[in-house]
Amino acid sequence: MLKSLNLGSTREREGSPWRGLWVVVAKDMADHLTSARMRIMELLIVLTAAGTVYAAMQNIRSTVGRDPFVFLKLFTTSQDPLPAFIGFLGFLVPLLAITLAFDAVNGEFNQRTLSRVLAQPIYRDALLLGKFLAGLFTLALVLATIWLLIIGLGILGLGLPPSGEEVARILVFLVGTIFYGGVWLALALVFSTVFRQSATAALASIAVWLFFMVFWSIVVSSLARILQPGEPTTLQQALNQAQLLQTLTRFSPNTLYVEATVGLLNPAVRSFGLVLPTELQGALIGSPLPLDQSILLIWPHLTGLIAITLLLFAIAYVLFQRQEIRA
Amino acid sequence: MNDENLVIETHNLTKQYGKFTAVDKLDLQIRRGEVYGLLGPNGSGKTTTILMILGLTEPTSGSVRVLGYDPERNPLSVKARVGYLPDQIGFYDNLTARENLIYIAKLNGLSRIEAYSRIDEALERMGLADVSNKHVGAFSRGMRQRLGVADLLIKRPQIIIMDEPTLGLDPEAARLFLNIIRELGDSGITILLSSHLLYQVQEVCDRVGLFHRGHKMLEGTVDDLAQRVLGGAFRIKLQTNGDHAQSIEEALRSLPDITSLRQGDNHWFVLEATSDVRSAAANAVMRAGGDLKRLDIEIPSLDEIYAQYFEEVEHAQIA
Ligand SMILES: Nc1ncnc2c1ncn2[C@@H]1O[C@H](COP(=O)(O)OP(=O)(O)O)[C@@H](O)[C@H]1O
Ligand SMILES: [Mg+2]
Repeated sequence: MLKSLNLGSTREREGSPWRGLWVVVAKDMADHLTSARMRIMELLIVLTAAGTVYAAMQNIRSTVGRDPFVFLKLFTTSQDPLPAFIGFLGFLVPLLAITLAFDAVNGEFNQRTLSRVLAQPIYRDALLLGKFLAGLFTLALVLATIWLLIIGLGILGLGLPPSGEEVARILVFLVGTIFYGGVWLALALVFSTVFRQSATAALASIAVWLFFMVFWSIVVSSLARILQPGEPTTLQQALNQAQLLQTLTRFSPNTLYVEATVGLLNPAVRSFGLVLPTELQGALIGSPLPLDQSILLIWPHLTGLIAITLLLFAIAYVLFQRQEIRA
Repeated sequence: MNDENLVIETHNLTKQYGKFTAVDKLDLQIRRGEVYGLLGPNGSGKTTTILMILGLTEPTSGSVRVLGYDPERNPLSVKARVGYLPDQIGFYDNLTARENLIYIAKLNGLSRIEAYSRIDEALERMGLADVSNKHVGAFSRGMRQRLGVADLLIKRPQIIIMDEPTLGLDPEAARLFLNIIRELGDSGITILLSSHLLYQVQEVCDRVGLFHRGHKMLEGTVDDLAQRVLGGAFRIKLQTNGDHAQSIEEALRSLPDITSLRQGDNHWFVLEATSDVRSAAANAVMRAGGDLKRLDIEIPSLDEIYAQYFEEVEHAQIA
């Protein structure tokens, strides 16, 4: 796929476009893991995780009876005034991803290392993908650590190990969260290619994130009103209107992630029909879905997140290939 | 490649940015082992030419051959054999000198053992062995420039391309760096360097090409160009005590190889010649009964050649 995107030259290039890829990945990961800003982010996430999980455990202990999915509740239970951990993830993950990539390309440019690195026998492809993968692996590493921490706290606090299915759901949720981070990583990578100033790239990434976080629902409801004007008179019309609203909402990576989260961590959820995600929690009572059914339910969401990531990476790729490298 | 000894060859090489032509139909031929200076004022197309030779910028038209490879089709082969020192060299300031070089060595696919021995050798050669474990953030401009050379030596290049290598260096550091270039040239590596400071690099270049607005206007050895542009490559100045000016002038005028002669203030005679006629001129003054107070020779600098040449070009255009 990436090969066909090379618009510049139709001639066959020599050697592998990925030569040097793992060298770049290793170097950038080392940079990430030792940088001060990552330390700050890690601290922030660990504190959030510890705080919310502790609060969730207080809440869980006070309820009577053994919930078969009590470990999932560690992620989803909130205790006023603190939201649940998944509530925090919705913005901690984008923030972390943006932190990892907003100066990926323009940082090399501003340090004037770009021309020296590209004068080595590697292609630009390897440099860009290497930077993306380094960010993604770092993200995965940080999140996996947090997940382990939460499970560990759970085992200590609840005094019992998670069941096989719980572990599986938590793992798939981890993967989904990494994909969600991938979207913001790729977005920040695009802006780091477009803008010469790292600060501009960071602000632009955060602006997009805020847009989806805060304004998208407003935009969507006005859009829906424009596309299907008038008060619904029949049930069918009302259904159509709700359907449209939901479809539009799903163009936001946040919605995809929230729905995927709910589907995975709340096994009772059987569909995302005409129920808003916020109403889902605890509202649906019924027999839980088996794991494979839940995964099937959120499969479109996961592929949607991957598709957005690929699209954004492709944009960054094309921009980077055409960029003048001189200062 | 028809000639084994041509390591860099461009033909009709052209680069346009929109309507603006940065490099115009450039034909360049650089032979194995020579130090070639790409000289010209800012904006004359030197950096653009270098980037096209390295395959870092796509030419609009024309062709490039580097060691027989086309940098567009075989960029990896070219970049594995050519060392590049960019005009504004940067390093990862949070890493040490050695760590910076390790990254480059790995990108070149060197094994750990090979990389370490080459890095030690290169740092030693550039006089940076003592500071190899210091963060580059603390390095002076001159040290960075030498680290840049150490960096490109890692790949054991056959060709080194340096863009404005003395830019921003103080005169002492510049002189040291020119020595380094000379030594590299003596070790048999082909060197292409660019500069807008013509006087500074003329002594290290075997051959120079003078650039102006994307064109290569003049090319040859410095002596060669002086000969062609200024007529005479040697300018000799004599100061007398002022007696017998008339007969001295006649005696000097009759010397062989003289291309021009004029009298200046304070009894100076300025003559230009195609060979070093200092002793003949001194004898002539003596024979004419003059008293020689001073005798100077000036080998014209590229700056003069350049200024003179473009004055002529512009006059020709106005006329
Ligand atoms: N990306 C670009 N877009 C438009 N013009 C450019 C670009 N890069 C260089 N130029 C122009 O090309 C000309 C040659 O530039 P350059 O090769 O850098 O000259 P030099 O290295 O001799 O100073 C300059 O006039 C410069 O303004
Ligand atoms: Mg330049």
